[in-house]
Amino acid sequence: MLSLLRTIWSVFLHAFARRATVQYPEQRPYLAPRWRGRIVLTRSPDGRERCVACYLCAVACPVDCIALQRAVDAEGRHYPAFFRINFSRCIFCGFCEEACPTCAIQLTPDFEMAEYHREGLVYEKEDLLISGPGKYHAYDYYHVAGIAAADKDKGEAEGERPPVDTRGLLP
Amino acid sequence: MPELLRYLLVILGVVLAPLTIAAGLTWGERRLLALFQDRYGPNRVGPAGVLQVLADMIKILTKEDWVPPFADRPVFVLAPAIIIIATYLSFAVIVFAPGIAVAELNIGLLFFLAMSSLSVYSVALAGWASNSKYALLGSLRSIGQMLSYEVFMGLSLMGVVVMAGTFDLGAIVRAQAGLWYIVPQFIGFFIFFIAGLAETRRIPFDLPEAESELVAGFHTEYSGMKFAMFFLGEYVAITLFAAMLTVLFLGGWHGPGSQSTLVALGWFLLKTLALIAVFILIRASLPRLRYDQLMEFGWKVMLPLSLVNLLVTGAVVLWRG
Repeated sequence: MLSLLRTIWSVFLHAFARRATVQYPEQRPYLAPRWRGRIVLTRSPDGRERCVACYLCAVACPVDCIALQRAVDAEGRHYPAFFRINFSRCIFCGFCEEACPTCAIQLTPDFEMAEYHREGLVYEKEDLLISGPGKYHAYDYYHVAGIAAADKDKGEAEGERPPVDTRGLLP
Repeated sequence: MPELLRYLLVILGVVLAPLTIAAGLTWGERRLLALFQDRYGPNRVGPAGVLQVLADMIKILTKEDWVPPFADRPVFVLAPAIIIIATYLSFAVIVFAPGIAVAELNIGLLFFLAMSSLSVYSVALAGWASNSKYALLGSLRSIGQMLSYEVFMGLSLMGVVVMAGTFDLGAIVRAQAGLWYIVPQFIGFFIFFIAGLAETRRIPFDLPEAESELVAGFHTEYSGMKFAMFFLGEYVAITLFAAMLTVLFLGGWHGPGSQSTLVALGWFLLKTLALIAVFILIRASLPRLRYDQLMEFGWKVMLPLSLVNLLVTGAVVLWRG
């Protein structure tokens, strides 16, 4: 009996506790920069598309929501002729981002994608492509580090970049 | 003529007030439960979410009013009406303030007990007419629970009757002018409170509609407005029991301040709403009893306790002369 009263009292004290609810539309939750939300296609610092249409994202995708078609431009550079993500299937696992060899496909901290029609959730290339480099500001797939020679180390010659630290935790 | 008008106004008030409180409770209960659980509850529709009541009403009224083909149709339709009628009729005898009552019967308390027994029929018929195993099991549990808890609910009130010497609710309140009966009759208050929880099938006595075992108990097969009737019936019953506790143990309309009818009504409303809040607090804190625990608690603890309470009260009243 006493324990019941103690239970009731401690529940009553919770009336004065801090609320756990986040009042969403007015009060926004903090989303970490690496939060896995809406998927974007990014560009190199020089403004060209990063995607080389290697299909690795489409292969990695566990729910098969990514569809693309490779094309070759005048320079012989590969690019996706179309790139389509069906967000009504997407589970935001981030495997596509991990698989991407050129950091082209990235997940962003945005989840407000609600639509009245299912077709609205199928994003085409022009919906996915953004104008900036996303999370990796200086990265450019076509810049090479070169090879070490007798008189120079990797990335020291003209038109070369120092190599990426592959053991670092940060991108 | 003004006498008749006043009478009609009282009837209108007694019809509308419990309905308003019961409707408000569908919002208020969720807000209070949220308060005790570190949440906000429905706070979007209208100021502080009060229009949630309206939104729920629109939703439930536009639902399909479906009767299962295997149900016993007339009884199925009748059952939700009985619970509303039975709980509503009890409000007729409650004395809210001096002279504010539909009927100040000299057997008001007995009328209340009779009406609260009638609501068992609603649950029994609903469970039987649904022709489904969960509904039947829920209603069987409910019948067992309500019948056994009614026994000592009546007995717990006899202490009050012995002290006041009458079944008239108005006279009982007037007898509490000096000292509220919660002090000399605390055990009676406690037993009636628990019996009230059981009669209204609230947590921790919500076995008839235990979601985790019986889907929704006796109203499993009900939908739309008929379901809303059961829901409304439960909230009206909570209001009724809170009002009865106020009348019998908390001094009814008595309270500090002026003796005008309006102040008296205000005190009555305040006490009733506070008791409803306690009902909701208990719902937020306690888990459901097992069925054998429920029966044991009823017959082996509460019934002897109420008999001892009645004996001691009777002895003290006789000894004082």
